[in-house]
Amino acid sequence: MSEKENNPVTEQNPPLKKESEPLLSKRRKKFISDPLVDDNPITLQVLGICSALAVTSQLEPTFVMAVAVIFVIVFSNLITSLLRNMIPTRIRIITQLAIIATLVILVDQVLRAYFFDVSKLLSVFVGLIITNCIVMGRLEAFAMGNKPWDSVLDGLGSGLGYSWVILAVAFFRELLGSGSLFGFKVWEAIGLGGMPNNGLMVTSVGAFIVLGLIIWVQRSRTGYVEH
Amino acid sequence: MDLLNLGIRSVFIENMVFAYFLGMCSYLAVSKKVSTATGLGIAVVFVLTITVPTNWLLQELILKENALYELTGLAVLKGQSFEFLQFIMFIAVIASMVQLVEMVVEKFSPALYGALGIFLPLIAVNCAILGASLFMVQREYSLAEATVYGFSSGIGWLLAIVALAAIRERMKYSNVPDGMKGLGITMVITGLMGMALLGLSGIKLDFSKEKKSKETAQVETTVQQNTALTELKK
Repeated sequence: MSEKENNPVTEQNPPLKKESEPLLSKRRKKFISDPLVDDNPITLQVLGICSALAVTSQLEPTFVMAVAVIFVIVFSNLITSLLRNMIPTRIRIITQLAIIATLVILVDQVLRAYFFDVSKLLSVFVGLIITNCIVMGRLEAFAMGNKPWDSVLDGLGSGLGYSWVILAVAFFRELLGSGSLFGFKVWEAIGLGGMPNNGLMVTSVGAFIVLGLIIWVQRSRTGYVEH
Repeated sequence: MDLLNLGIRSVFIENMVFAYFLGMCSYLAVSKKVSTATGLGIAVVFVLTITVPTNWLLQELILKENALYELTGLAVLKGQSFEFLQFIMFIAVIASMVQLVEMVVEKFSPALYGALGIFLPLIAVNCAILGASLFMVQREYSLAEATVYGFSSGIGWLLAIVALAAIRERMKYSNVPDGMKGLGITMVITGLMGMALLGLSGIKLDFSKEKKSKETAQVETTVQQNTALTELKK
């Protein structure tokens, strides 16, 4: 601000346009691209696994869950970032929880009103977005110290990173467990009607093993080794 | 006796970790050593046993439709339901109960505080705690059932994390592929443990006929022993 006052705007010296960063500069694009692969919240940071697995036996509820989580992360990041200078450090955890819980209540009410079937399928797991460590983690690690737009992008990146992993898990579980994708019978459509289903994929065991294998593939590609 | 049935079901069959994936974050993060895993497990049992009945009271006396009207008798509140506040109220209860437990333990049992102290704050955001409260509401348990459910699902969680920690301690001696190290192999192990517990899913204790119950109990113990053996072998 003080700089602006010291440099009065003249015709040769236009307003401080060049100092503002473009909305999607290189630095900001990294907020979105990093969590997708190199710093994925599920496969590398080991966060948010609780809800990641429970809903993944079919693609449809998984998709709704992914959208809900992206919504909650983006908006809680935005709100926290706007309030970051007003939140006293000592009660920041409970403030963050209150912000997240409010957004989750919104999501839950909307789902109950317009997508009742899906909301029944997701049952308590919508509520469990509150305790999803990714959301808390982003608020604590990023939104408390960064500007609103950066925080929105960061939330979007983490949300997308989370979404593709749970969608991948759900893809394999539904395809191998029930032989369908989004309820569409794939095997019959391509003339392999007698394809047996693997019952284990529908139970929780399938989720653990599929996620374990996805983590293996992903970490082998990025070369990340945990010691 | 239904309570015992419920207890056994929530420890083994509907185990928090293996059946519902609850509390996975701390389950994965704090399972490197058996001693710390036991500490966290006991803290979870403690907090679950307290918060589930508390949230039951909150749900029945305040949040449920007409509950506040019956409590206060104010005509304005007739037919009002505050269930939309469920999430935020439950999480507030959990956070404050955790704080309270921490203070009480610190005052009366410094030794226990030394052991559990660092884990207690972690628990406030453990999905298992909130999940148990939400399941309790969804399944319409009574107060006694809610208490038993809270305690036994805590025990189930303790069992899972201690077993995993024991396996991970032994894993140091195995040659795991690089990309699989850490999280990857832990997920697969959890899957295998879940598979072992899946074998217990048809068990129902029926105490109406005493003779039958003994047989079932025997089958129960043998199956348990078998599971323990398979886990030991691993």
